[in-house]
Amino acid sequence: MKKYSIFAIARNARNHHQDWERAWRSPDPKPSYDVIIIGGGGHGLATAYYLAKECGITNVAVLEKGWLGGGNTGRNTTIVRSNYLWDESAALYDHAVKLWEGLSDELNYNVMFSQRGLLHLAHNVHDMQEIGRRGNAIYMNGIDSEFLTPEQVKEMVPIINLNCRYPVMGALLQRRGGTARHDAVAWGYARAADSMGVDIIQNCEVTGFKIENGVVKGVETTRGSIGANKVGVVAAGHSSVVAEMAGFRMPLESFPLQAFVSEPMKPIVDCVIMSNAIHAYISQSDKGELVIGGSGDPFISYSQRGSFDQIEHVVGPVIELYPIFSRVRMLRQWGGITDVTVDRSPIITKTPVDNMFFNCGWGTGGFKATPGSGRVFAHSIAQGDMHPIAAPFTMDRFHTGALIDEAAAAAVAH
Amino acid sequence: MFLVKCPWCGWREQTEFSYGGEAHIARPTGTDEISDQEWGDYIYSRKNTKGVHAERWVHTQGCGRWFNAVRHTVTDVMWDSYKMGEDAPNPPKDWDGLSSRDELEPSEGK
Repeated sequence: MKKYSIFAIARNARNHHQDWERAWRSPDPKPSYDVIIIGGGGHGLATAYYLAKECGITNVAVLEKGWLGGGNTGRNTTIVRSNYLWDESAALYDHAVKLWEGLSDELNYNVMFSQRGLLHLAHNVHDMQEIGRRGNAIYMNGIDSEFLTPEQVKEMVPIINLNCRYPVMGALLQRRGGTARHDAVAWGYARAADSMGVDIIQNCEVTGFKIENGVVKGVETTRGSIGANKVGVVAAGHSSVVAEMAGFRMPLESFPLQAFVSEPMKPIVDCVIMSNAIHAYISQSDKGELVIGGSGDPFISYSQRGSFDQIEHVVGPVIELYPIFSRVRMLRQWGGITDVTVDRSPIITKTPVDNMFFNCGWGTGGFKATPGSGRVFAHSIAQGDMHPIAAPFTMDRFHTGALIDEAAAAAVAH
Repeated sequence: MFLVKCPWCGWREQTEFSYGGEAHIARPTGTDEISDQEWGDYIYSRKNTKGVHAERWVHTQGCGRWFNAVRHTVTDVMWDSYKMGEDAPNPPKDWDGLSSRDELEPSEGK
């Protein structure tokens, strides 16, 4: 892997940029691997990267049925934060934020992580109580968290209309929160993992498993069968489908969640603003597009579209809060399939099949956790036992009752 | 957005309805004896099928009645609906998920 730098740009400029090497190889699958990761999104690629870098396991393949980052990694609203209520979630999500903070350097790939600050608006007494409780819990966990008055919100976001149909009574601010470039995260992890010997195999759909005496021995794919000592499944919205191939069920339901971007504009919003009460969150990309996300469709579906009525539910409040956007035109709209658990916390777990691990249930907010999720999952796979940060998130909690209820922090704001 | 067939009111827009999740999940008997695993599966495990899915709906903005329906979860096309207590009307194995029963078998639909 040739290092990316300003000198590399200058050197390549002399050849009219004809000689850049491919960021990762496109190998044919080997007969078998130590670890196979199913799913070439951010979480899967991060898992492969940390397996190779920190666990010394480089005989790894990442199998992706489509193209890298073509699922939820390329469909989310790129928000990064760690302002969750419970200790377990704080540990997991803040682990991710700390990794985000050094990620561009570590990967030698600009993931454009921008800690521009993230506001949670409160519109009513209930919201104020919720951010009060959560804000203090976050603070007690050593994660930055500030309460803002409406005047302070106005100072940060001059275009906001405080006294609209959804009056702003206060806000919770995480200054370390922000956004990152979603595609770059997948590409950066892919390039770094590939350079350590990980095989990234695209257009390779898993169609079944080879399981002998309750132990996974390999996977069947559209490119033939591949042996594996261990399998990590990071299939997001399709986790239930993969689990069914392995003969068990997950406590998941898959819902479409949509987002849209506007035409590019000059800089006008320099932070992320989200609001639980009215299902709308907004930021501005470095290209100038407003990135707007809403709530998920209320029925399970794998359609990768969103309902039209949800667009109205999102755009209405956005225009109420920011009247200046009333004539902005929307450029693109899309949907992703989110695998949602009942407690809105992820599942990082061993499974009824030995040597098969699942990392799923990130629901509507997995992007922010990409580095942390990949790292704790890699360590769990390598050791055969759950990493301490991942341990509370196993699927056992659905029968022990130790749920990690993050409905307030995660159910709407993504 | 798609159309939902209420057994009483006919085809209406999905926004008139509320979703009730997977159909035909029976509460286990002997709840004082079953294991935590079985109880957890009953409460939380779902088929979450990609394809033909039997599910519950309620006509919230209409007649207010609950019913079951069979829908393709990739195309969101509803095959048919049926009343609580009736057996699911399974579409043919080769159903492409694009046309409802009323379109394919007009004599069968009501």
